[in-house]
Amino acid sequence: MNTAPAPASALDAAQLILQRDLILAFRKRGQIAQPLAFFAIVVTLFPLAVSPELARLREVAPAALWIGALLASLLALEFLFRDDAQDGTLEQYALCGHSLTWLLFAKTAAHWLMTGLPLALIAPLAGLALGVPPGSGSGIVAAVTLGTLSLSLLGAIGAALTLGVKRGGVLLTLLTLPLALPILIFGARATELAIRGADFAAPLYLLAAFAVLGVTLAPLAAAAAVRINLE
Amino acid sequence: MESSLQGECLHLWRGERHVLHGVDFKLRQGEVLQVTGANGTGKTSLLRTLCGLAQPEEGRVLWNGTDVKRDLPAYHGSLAYIGHEAPLKADLTARENLRYWAGVRRRVTRNDLDTALQKAGGEGWDERPVRTLSAGQRRRVALAGLSLLGAILWILDEPTTNLDAEGRELVARMIDEHIGRGGLVVAAVHHELFPDSAGSRRIELT
Repeated sequence: MNTAPAPASALDAAQLILQRDLILAFRKRGQIAQPLAFFAIVVTLFPLAVSPELARLREVAPAALWIGALLASLLALEFLFRDDAQDGTLEQYALCGHSLTWLLFAKTAAHWLMTGLPLALIAPLAGLALGVPPGSGSGIVAAVTLGTLSLSLLGAIGAALTLGVKRGGVLLTLLTLPLALPILIFGARATELAIRGADFAAPLYLLAAFAVLGVTLAPLAAAAAVRINLE
Repeated sequence: MESSLQGECLHLWRGERHVLHGVDFKLRQGEVLQVTGANGTGKTSLLRTLCGLAQPEEGRVLWNGTDVKRDLPAYHGSLAYIGHEAPLKADLTARENLRYWAGVRRRVTRNDLDTALQKAGGEGWDERPVRTLSAGQRRRVALAGLSLLGAILWILDEPTTNLDAEGRELVARMIDEHIGRGGLVVAAVHHELFPDSAGSRRIELT
């Protein structure tokens, strides 16, 4: 052991995990495409179910966009840690000498980049189908970006807790959905205000506060849950 | 500083089952500890306890004389654990797998990867996705990873599973070289890997 290799810094490690997860996601495109397709279908069902009248559609647009985004995010959560838990990668992360909290944060960030961010980007397009004025696009993107970020972080806790459960998808949804309600409420409110052309800063700030809370606490809880599951 | 790994009176319960009944051992640099025992006697549980993945109900694990719980990150930094299954992603190539697995721990250059793969006999299939590799080839990728991690303490769960005669020799040679450099090895084995000698200890779990 006379030539000890240079250790990787925590930043290197996080960067590698991010890169690895993005490569993996692009190799199995289904994982990125599925939540997006699901979102698009849910949103386009509304004109069929409500009425093709644009004025009425515009009224339900925030609800449609947010319920779609919420369900699509939940659908994607199952993939967050499952594969890595099954093949022993999480175990290696827990034993690599870096903080597991930090590494799981990197994984969650990668997951959000592949699911939440694309959702935020197509949300204004889906909104157009519901008669939302194009001018409100930036507000919708901002709200969905912050909302999905919080959902990914919140979901990371649920995903970590349900690792030991076979077919834990339903349990994960039941666990995460009630906790996601504030995000739904303020996200839909911000979107509604943006559509009306009003000032949507207040609900957006609250969404941002949830995201900050998630960034600081969720990875800690997820790491603790992963450790319990590894035992 | 002389490194040592010590298990003190380790008791582990798995639900209602008393798996480890007071395991005691001390391992110094340049020594191999072979853990033998029939299936279900707790070989894997012992290794996971030594790694700090499982918490023993009683007893403690000491690394360099101090309880590993005091400074887990430092202990983990000097430890490499390979379980039953190699931690490989089916959709990445052997080379990518090694890069991302070992890279989290240490800086890995192209050269390091080449050397490790070559040593493990991985030339020719290192750019193939792991899903297309045989179980033995995967095990070889894991061995390449083991040498890449650069840890002083190796904890190996049945390292020769799925390997052909040449592969088993490779494992024996790697362990030999590792203890020659002053490393420590704990291995769960079905058949004894090494004849009992000065550098080899053995515990049999029942």
